[in-house]
Amino acid sequence: MTENSGRSTGRRDFLKITWAMLAGLAALESGALTLAYLQPRLAEGEFGGVINAGPVENFPNNSVTHITNGRFYIARMEDGGMLAIYHRCTHLGCTVPWDANQNKFICPCHSSEFDLSGDVLNPPAPRPLDTFALEIVEGQVLVDTAKPIQRSNGDLVEVVYP
Amino acid sequence: MEPEENENKPGTAPSTVVSRLMEKYKPQSIPEDDRGRMKLVVNNLVLHLHPSKVNARSLQWTYTWGLGGLSAILMTLLGATGVILLNNYTPAAPQAYLDILEIRSNVWFGELIRNLHHWSANLLIIIAVLHLIRVFATGSYRPPRETNWIIGVLMLVLVFGSNFTGYLLPWDQLAFWAITVGTSIISYIPFIGESLTRLILAGPEVGAGTLLNFYSLHIAIIPLFIFGLMMYHFWRIRKDGGLTIPRTVEEVDQNIPADSEKVTTIPHLVQKELIFALGWLAAIIIFAALVPAPLEGIADPNVSPNPAKAPWYFMGLQELLLHFHPIVAALVIPGVVFMGVLLLPFYDIDTRNIGVYFRSTRGRGLSLLAAGLAVILTPTWVLVDEFLVDWSAWLPSWDTLITNGLIPLVAILLPLILLDQWVKSVFKADTEERVLFVFMFLFTAFLILTIIGIFFRGPGMSLYLPWAMPAAH
Repeated sequence: MTENSGRSTGRRDFLKITWAMLAGLAALESGALTLAYLQPRLAEGEFGGVINAGPVENFPNNSVTHITNGRFYIARMEDGGMLAIYHRCTHLGCTVPWDANQNKFICPCHSSEFDLSGDVLNPPAPRPLDTFALEIVEGQVLVDTAKPIQRSNGDLVEVVYP
Repeated sequence: MEPEENENKPGTAPSTVVSRLMEKYKPQSIPEDDRGRMKLVVNNLVLHLHPSKVNARSLQWTYTWGLGGLSAILMTLLGATGVILLNNYTPAAPQAYLDILEIRSNVWFGELIRNLHHWSANLLIIIAVLHLIRVFATGSYRPPRETNWIIGVLMLVLVFGSNFTGYLLPWDQLAFWAITVGTSIISYIPFIGESLTRLILAGPEVGAGTLLNFYSLHIAIIPLFIFGLMMYHFWRIRKDGGLTIPRTVEEVDQNIPADSEKVTTIPHLVQKELIFALGWLAAIIIFAALVPAPLEGIADPNVSPNPAKAPWYFMGLQELLLHFHPIVAALVIPGVVFMGVLLLPFYDIDTRNIGVYFRSTRGRGLSLLAAGLAVILTPTWVLVDEFLVDWSAWLPSWDTLITNGLIPLVAILLPLILLDQWVKSVFKADTEERVLFVFMFLFTAFLILTIIGIFFRGPGMSLYLPWAMPAAH
């Protein structure tokens, strides 16, 4: 009698746990499905895709050029190295204009300052301006705006020489 | 067997579809007796959210200030105006902005509807917060009303979410940059912040995908949750035995139990509610007819206005960001405060003085003291931190998480702990009174920060006096 009831409780518990696990699995699946469904889509030729910034000759040494449809600057250094710098401030996301007179980027929102290569000169920005992968194909500057690359100060890994 | 027995009795008109309809739905007069009136409440879909009888003393106007009711009125108004705004709006950039221009100039009463929606939404933020303060001040969240406090706090979060998502929809410069700054705060949450922001924005920055995301949140997902929680909130009031009963300090001191005469909901509550609703509706319509909702130029991702500010109700948070490392300002402080508020009814549990504004005579004194201290200390701290203290410059080789996060956090926690201990030893405050003191201090401090952020921050987010504020550019 006791054995019997004990066994039936065990079976009941087993079914309960099985149902709970199945429900949990279903919730996980629906959650993953929803998250995947909501992932941003990317389009070629507009921001988020690959952008042609123009021929290399357009960018003289020691200059900064705003490519507005790509949301980035082409910064060319003294030695001819090129960087595609995302124009979004790393502090709170404002668009950082290039101040040609003072030779630095100055954010209008919280006065963060960055040098030509995007390194932080003045906080509150916590890290240099992000960059995009830059490639020179047949003399054209191509920039992949799919994913901004985060860097730390002084890190010029992304510089490309034509 | 006479089949037409029941019809066409001699002397009466023959029954028709129309007469049967009229008979079924003929206007009912309100019954004269209490029993009939209670039945009417119970049997009516809308009215049955109310109990059939309410505590007479809880109806006292200066106890509740009708803040919960006004929140519900504003929700209804927002639903009604929101639904008809949908008919003239396309959630696409730049069409959204052009549609707003059309609504303002080419749609009959479009400007009025938009103004009503805008101002009700802003008023709702204020009223919902005041409602929370009223419930806190009277200790009305204490057992057995813990669940309704939690529902209320969750609804407040949804109200902020609803407001924030709606802020983007006009697609003007104000909207674009407020949402840019607001969502950038989220990206500082460790580990998940970046991917969460990307998901919310549907890309690396505010764009067409963000607009569509915010639109669906604003018009469907959030309202659905708010509606469900609202019904739950009303139902719980009934289940918890109605609103708390206002009491005086003397009643508590003499151990007179909370008690009140019960009166029928019709007319005592319903009549008040209707008059209150009509009064506020009139006031809001007049205001909306006179004061246009702001609209700036079309959103331009290439030009940030200076200053770029978050929506006004997040300016306290943005002010914190000017003083702390983002992880502290966007995560640690809001997270701890939110959990503290949410779990309030589980550590502040003394049920003896429920219904007394600010607990006791000493509680009232302590609340005033806390508010006064916050009014003096908060601006002082902002000025000192802005002009005198600069840990990251003094200790340049240290991580900014320490110099800009940990050190300033300790610098504000220490005085707070000292104040709390001071109140404990000098005023012999018990746990409940210390909770009251800390809550009132933090609330006032946040209010002051919000005011500083809205009125005293100008270009470059530098401090200015409001009357000497340079124009934004």
